[in-house]
Amino acid sequence: MYGNHAIGEAAIRAGCQCYFGYPITPQNELTEYMATHLGRRKGCCFIQAESETAAISMVYGASLAGARVMTSSSSPGMSLKQEGISYLAGNELPAVIVDVCRGGPALGSIVAGQSDYFQATRGGGHGDYRTIVLAPSSVQELADLTHLAFDLADKYLSPVVVLADGMLGQMMEPLEFKHEAPEVLPVRDNALRGARGRPSRIVRTCNSNTNEIEELNWSLYRRYQLIKKEETSYETFLTDDAELVVVAFGIAARIAKGAIKTARTEGLKVGMLRPVTLWPFPSAKLAELSNKVKNFLVVELNMGQMLEDVQLALGDKAEVSFYGRPGGVIPTPSEVARVIARLYYQKGLK
Amino acid sequence: MLIKTIFAGFGGQGVLSMGLNLAQAAMLEGKNVTYLPSYGIEVRGGTANCTVAISDEEIASPVASAPEFVVAMNQPSVVRFQNQVQSGGVLFINSSLVDVEVVRGDIEVVAVPASGIAEKMRSPRSANMVMMGAFVKKSNLVSLPAVIDGLAAALKNKTKLIAVNKKALTAGYDFFESEGA
Repeated sequence: MYGNHAIGEAAIRAGCQCYFGYPITPQNELTEYMATHLGRRKGCCFIQAESETAAISMVYGASLAGARVMTSSSSPGMSLKQEGISYLAGNELPAVIVDVCRGGPALGSIVAGQSDYFQATRGGGHGDYRTIVLAPSSVQELADLTHLAFDLADKYLSPVVVLADGMLGQMMEPLEFKHEAPEVLPVRDNALRGARGRPSRIVRTCNSNTNEIEELNWSLYRRYQLIKKEETSYETFLTDDAELVVVAFGIAARIAKGAIKTARTEGLKVGMLRPVTLWPFPSAKLAELSNKVKNFLVVELNMGQMLEDVQLALGDKAEVSFYGRPGGVIPTPSEVARVIARLYYQKGLK
Repeated sequence: MLIKTIFAGFGGQGVLSMGLNLAQAAMLEGKNVTYLPSYGIEVRGGTANCTVAISDEEIASPVASAPEFVVAMNQPSVVRFQNQVQSGGVLFINSSLVDVEVVRGDIEVVAVPASGIAEKMRSPRSANMVMMGAFVKKSNLVSLPAVIDGLAAALKNKTKLIAVNKKALTAGYDFFESEGA
């Protein structure tokens, strides 16, 4: 199945009721899938909006009414959605937002990139908020993490970003759907679904009472602390005896894994840490690794964005090197293997 | 063992279907497989290509910089991809449409007049399946029954189409015997 189709099918199986989107390469197959498969379902709604801004506003409205809702876009389109994402966060509304990232800046290339790491993890919109960011690295994970995104969004009343890339979206791989659509969707007590038999609820986007706004920020902060504690997720690969640990996410992690296997056959003790959640970032795991490992290599399809999180996590406890290919260029596993080998010898590890 | 194949040709020749067929067959045989269509700014009637990676292990990258096999259904594809084939690899050429010389001496060139055979069968559009049959025979990557099963799954209940494609596949598969090669 195509990666983009896998996201769509997983969303439908997670009980997604509404999808609003505006076409943009390389995620068009997802919009197409939702048009054919979600639009025809009873009680579900598909709208091709007139712009990305309109689509995210429709998401806001549907989430306000209590629906499970998703939108998707690619880098330039994600920039347009940021205002809406801030409003979703501010009103504590769940939604799933998929970014099939390309190489930027500006309109950029239409192939795979990871140049939106900062935008996704720092909250590209205004205001003091965070979004959970999930980073799949295979078509199977596109499906699994899309499903998880819906559950996390509802659990923490927060927008959740799935940060994929053009290559994952365009490639085909076998996969298994592990979940069937839930029979009953959770009913939120902040949803506006008619006030019969109860007092009316008011959701405000503007509040001139600074005390109440401060209280909202504190409540969000406490929730974000809880998310950090409960939901941080990562995968380790051959880190037990490693002297050099590669840190990479998404498609770059997949390529790095191939490179590490090559390095291992040459006797180099290399392992990998792959963050599955980019926010919350697995800083604690990195710090723990740095008790034993003193050399880290960050590999990304940009000029060093996650690199900053790795540096923050490690401080001066280890040396951090970087290898990046920006603009939509995909490095080969053998290219990364050469980088690993060179670094390994430079650092005197062999 | 990781084997990568690029299928290339004119848009409309069915090169993407060939890749999909191979990917489907490999999946049915329980292998790890990725399929990646070319994704750029393309025009109708222009060139198309796709990459299929098949392996017993996890596949790191779906991109092929030095594929073991290249199937070129038209002349521009031979020009574009012949230098990429891995040394010792195999280049399949649709010799009905290609009259360019392959300059490399370190790769095997397999010429199959796929379009010619398909036309003789009065089904010129199944040239891709003729080539696919020849590819399956020569590459030994997947079995012919798996390709036919995958095809039947893709075409669901269009029995007529399945029959035409099956005939073309078999013609390609048996091509080398009829040549005495």
